[in-house]
Amino acid sequence: MSADGQESAHFFDADAGPVVRPYAMTRGRTTSPAQHRLDLIAVVVAESRAHDPGADQTLSPEHVDIVALCRDTPQSVAELAAELDLPIGVVRVLIGDLVTAELVHVTRPVPPAELPDESILRDVIDGLRAL
Amino acid sequence: MIFGRPERGTTPVEPVTLKILVAGGFGVGKTTLVGAVSEIKPLRTEELLSEAGRPVDDTRGVETKNTTTVAMDFGRITLREDLVLYLFGTPGQDRFWFLWDELATGALGAVVLADTRRLEDCFAAVDYFERRAIPFVVGVNCFDGADRYPAETVRQALDLDASVPVVLCDARERETVKHVLIDVVEHAMAVAAAGRVPAST
Repeated sequence: MSADGQESAHFFDADAGPVVRPYAMTRGRTTSPAQHRLDLIAVVVAESRAHDPGADQTLSPEHVDIVALCRDTPQSVAELAAELDLPIGVVRVLIGDLVTAELVHVTRPVPPAELPDESILRDVIDGLRAL
Repeated sequence: MIFGRPERGTTPVEPVTLKILVAGGFGVGKTTLVGAVSEIKPLRTEELLSEAGRPVDDTRGVETKNTTTVAMDFGRITLREDLVLYLFGTPGQDRFWFLWDELATGALGAVVLADTRRLEDCFAAVDYFERRAIPFVVGVNCFDGADRYPAETVRQALDLDASVPVVLCDARERETVKHVLIDVVEHAMAVAAAGRVPAST
């Protein structure tokens, strides 16, 4: 916290930098109309038509990166954010764009307050034992 | 990392994803626990400063700053090609409570890590999961040099429901962490089964 911050008006270099910059990638948008709030573990799957996202001039490099990462292996929202080192909020907006462009689709995780199938839970237990 | 493109027309496997939260006070070993069973990755969020954080998030001088950066740990355990378990370490500081709601949504269950020397640090987490009826297991992280207490003593000290499992563990040991996670899943199953009975009668 800097005391001189109170005098100067809008920008606080060190403070504002990391906060503001990520959302430049989304042109300032913090939500995407196409999506409800994507769960952290919702899985993003590339559509088969998204074989060459780099050719699409409307996409930013970050969009292209997301499609490229999902094309081989579907990835969760959290993994994409960690992999690209972008804040979750930014990744959500970018994924929303890609959903609108029909380059990816998102699978819904098990809805809240509803447990997955007991057989899946048994598989989880077996899987953990085998680790 | 997989390079190369799959043939067009082949559909990649869409895995079922589940998440377990790892909560507890600051420095209780959440990161260590996640790291013991999975490859850990830091996750950044930019969150709106909430009303709840206002008394602690001193924004004097930066009133225009209404977001804050929070880092969380998260780990992936690939159980099968089509079954993935994610672990999320909840932010330890109280002022990031608002992030918990998002993390807790759809969570299979939670581990509350406790340190017997600072048991009060996990009260808030226990309270949180109890109130939202999220199945949780208390893992007592046995630190070197800390006095050992039987699980029952910890249960009484935390005033836990008899059904909540309390397990001793070492967050550094993969085997004990695995058992804690298995306990969470089993407990979640038991809770779900118990919930189903009254509903069907």
